[in-house]
Amino acid sequence: MKKIIVVGNGMVGYKFCEKLVASSESKNFKITVFGEEPRPAYDRVHLSAFFENQDAKALEMAPAAWYKENNIDLIVDEKVDNIFRTTKTIITAKSRQLTYDYLVLATGSSAFVPPIKGVEKEGVFVYRTIEDLEGMLGYAAKLKAKNPHARAAVLGGGLLGLEAGKAVMDMGLEPHIVEFAPKLMPRQLDARSSKVLQLKLESIGLNIHLNKATQQILGEEAIVGMEFGEEDVLDVEMLVVSAGIRPRDELGVNCGLTMGARGGIVVNNKMQTSDEHIFAIGEVALYNEMIYGLVAPGYDMAGVAVNQIISKVACQMPDEIDMSTKLKLIGVDVASFGEPFMPASKGHSIIFENKTQHLYKRINISLDGKSLLGGILVGDASDYNMLHQVYLNGMKIPEDPSQLILPASEGGSSFGSVLDLPDTAQVCSCESISKGDICSSITEGGCNNLGDVIDKTKATTGCGGCKPMVTDLINETLKSLGKEVKETICEHFDYNRQALYDLVKVSQVSDYEEVLNTFGKGHGCEICKPLVASIFATVTMETPNRQPTIQDTNDRFLANIQRNGTYSVVPRVAAGEITPDQLIVIGEVAKKYDLYTKITGGQRIDLFGAQVHELPMIWKELIAAGFESGHAYGKSLRTVKSCVGATWCRYGMHESVTFAIDIENRYRGLRSPHKLKGGVSGCIRECAEARGKDFGLIAVEGGWNLYVCGNGGATPKHAVLLAEQLDDETVVKYLDRFLMFYIRTAGPLVRTAPWLDKLDGGIAYLKQVVVEDSLGIAQDLEIEMQGLVNRYECEWKQAIESEEVMKRFKHFVNSDDTDDTIEFVPMRDQKKPKAWV
Amino acid sequence: MATIQVLQGFISLPKETYFFQPLKFKTVQEILEKYKSVSEENVNQWFKVGKTEDFPENTGACIKYKTKQIAVYNFVRTGKWYATQNLCPHKMEMVLSLGMIGDKDGIPKVACPLHKKNFSLEDGTNLAGEDLKIATYPVKITDGNVYIGFLE
Repeated sequence: MKKIIVVGNGMVGYKFCEKLVASSESKNFKITVFGEEPRPAYDRVHLSAFFENQDAKALEMAPAAWYKENNIDLIVDEKVDNIFRTTKTIITAKSRQLTYDYLVLATGSSAFVPPIKGVEKEGVFVYRTIEDLEGMLGYAAKLKAKNPHARAAVLGGGLLGLEAGKAVMDMGLEPHIVEFAPKLMPRQLDARSSKVLQLKLESIGLNIHLNKATQQILGEEAIVGMEFGEEDVLDVEMLVVSAGIRPRDELGVNCGLTMGARGGIVVNNKMQTSDEHIFAIGEVALYNEMIYGLVAPGYDMAGVAVNQIISKVACQMPDEIDMSTKLKLIGVDVASFGEPFMPASKGHSIIFENKTQHLYKRINISLDGKSLLGGILVGDASDYNMLHQVYLNGMKIPEDPSQLILPASEGGSSFGSVLDLPDTAQVCSCESISKGDICSSITEGGCNNLGDVIDKTKATTGCGGCKPMVTDLINETLKSLGKEVKETICEHFDYNRQALYDLVKVSQVSDYEEVLNTFGKGHGCEICKPLVASIFATVTMETPNRQPTIQDTNDRFLANIQRNGTYSVVPRVAAGEITPDQLIVIGEVAKKYDLYTKITGGQRIDLFGAQVHELPMIWKELIAAGFESGHAYGKSLRTVKSCVGATWCRYGMHESVTFAIDIENRYRGLRSPHKLKGGVSGCIRECAEARGKDFGLIAVEGGWNLYVCGNGGATPKHAVLLAEQLDDETVVKYLDRFLMFYIRTAGPLVRTAPWLDKLDGGIAYLKQVVVEDSLGIAQDLEIEMQGLVNRYECEWKQAIESEEVMKRFKHFVNSDDTDDTIEFVPMRDQKKPKAWV
Repeated sequence: MATIQVLQGFISLPKETYFFQPLKFKTVQEILEKYKSVSEENVNQWFKVGKTEDFPENTGACIKYKTKQIAVYNFVRTGKWYATQNLCPHKMEMVLSLGMIGDKDGIPKVACPLHKKNFSLEDGTNLAGEDLKIATYPVKITDGNVYIGFLE
């Protein structure tokens, strides 16, 4: 058995062990690993995640037990001091001596600290290890105790520096980034993209100082500031130095290996140093006169070293190493690939820049227009995986290459299918998993979903950046096998929503039971019941009062159930216009029933904390005062938000409030696949945020511009222009058609934005249907909508007038008691639910 | 010892009045311990909770027994009745009787209205395999009256 000693237990050292253990030859080798840090290898790439959970275990590459199971001796907290090449022996700081057959140096790098006067002062840190972070955390806590507005600077505006900036910000300190160069991330970004990144980072609270050469660190014992020049001083109480890395190559120097002029142990394409028994991998290795500070090349080097040692000598490092990288910096996507800065002599660049949205995309195209040479993405790197693959595999690009980066709504389209990639395309570069590996894990390996594929291949377990592409690959592969689960509602119906909608409409079935008996099987569930309820509502405009038990709880009780089982009440306040008398009524009702009140985002008033038996009493009073249901509980039209418009505003072009009231009243009570929100703005200043709604109107010269399919929420999306300069009547006509078309064709719980995303042909197709009536259904849609409008009835009025319905509003069947487990506690002069202990 | 209240005027309650302590729970554990599944052969007390027509069809309704809240499900489609604790153990809210009922692969179930946790009405297990369980109680229908079985 041959003995291997691995010096360094970082990510790359760990990867070496993992790959050797996985090889068929592993039984012929005994591995001993030395780590200088007190813990086993952890994921340094995600170091800033340590701030979020402070859980060092979560970052571990593998637990200590893994080494044991694989017969690896892991010796942590012990530094290797010297190598005696003639006797093939190492000696540690604790005077332990061991011999080796192969020695693998994976000592990594340390933070480079420039020789600035005063850099040794208290409060100056480097950003490299968990211990560094713990030191920073402790110091930051002390600072904040003295001064809640304490400031901290990061020296270095590169990739690591910005990560450190995020860490500092998470610690609650005012973050300042100080960079010597005139731009951020000088190695990855060009000047314009760097500027876009800077604007974005400034908008989220980072202070950025460029072109600053630090002359000295000020302060007695501890740092109080940085001096850049005379009268150019930044007051900070903590400094994190992140000005680059230096290879930890002392061992190489001491034992006389060939070294690079500026450090690093020279290796050949087998990862061998000048001593053939000694390998160097990762950030300590100088390959092609370069130190590679990224994890993917480090992993590749580990793989090459393993193969060389087990005598698979054909596996060598390629001459050119792909330095493409994609990361999320403080929530901002940044990616660069191939040749990000291409000289004009080699090709042409296509650049898309939108500073207001902090977006920048650049692709570099060869002079013949046929291949992609590289590029830069800031703000939205969702195209990265595809672009990177196109670049790596030299794939053909569209005749109009701008389609690769233009937003889909402006004529661009995503590039082909993931299945078009060659099988050799590397999808997960951290783990070196190819497209072929992923597809065959499904076609031959029996995997059926993302979880299976991850377990089998380890894809996505490195940086995780390839997850969207892996998911696409899995879905497309399953689809190609005919394995894809049909888009059905649930186990009780083998139809999608649109098909069932059509069936209910033409078959004249009368209730849920009949629908289930006729078209479905089993006994129903919480997915198909409300869906069928919604279909009935949009076919016949019936309210939830007719079939209460198939409604979601909110619809069944015509109120929003809240966290302690109480309900909230929202009367309609169309377009947010409310009289003083109405305000008084709401105030009086809230007072009488002791309800917590809050203004909602939809310009109305929410009354919280009502018990089920109080709902009818509350509504009797509200209805007597002229209010009606606001349908805040339904998958239905909520509000049409308005700005004050030409009525009062000196900029207003049309009467936005009046029109918003008309529209809200037209579509009130309309049930749909998901909630619907609208907005009307009186001028392009857009105070009603109409473009964040499912439909929005903006007053312009000559009428209204109509935007559709926007939303806020988890995936915010701006509504897109459907038609311009419309008069009131045409707006209503188009809205009728648009809404009815959406209601007929959308999947359950799909809002308008994702519905449009999936609509073949997108907004252009929607325009044809709604504006040009390409399907010849416009009149049908209008008639259908008018029918629903005519049949509107306030369901709360209906409820309080029916004894049968009123029986529902009772907590116990066998007692008039109310639920005595509900408890409230005071908060800011109102009340809130008591949390369970 | 908290105040003792006398309750009167229950709908379809047995004539005898009984005592209970207002619910002031200290811990989640204490509440959960109130609800233990009862199997039919162990029932010591069949408690009448109303007539069958008092219970809405194909959904749940809540009844009160001493300090317990029990959800009773009138599953007309299968002709069966079920009873479980009303408390959803996920967020400790008294809401299960408001949930929609149905089946998953033939197992009758209720879906909590708050976060759609699914529980088997037969044995109270969470159907997604989560570590949550609700107590179930036997239901008996005699002469159009609905009875729930308790240990005490």
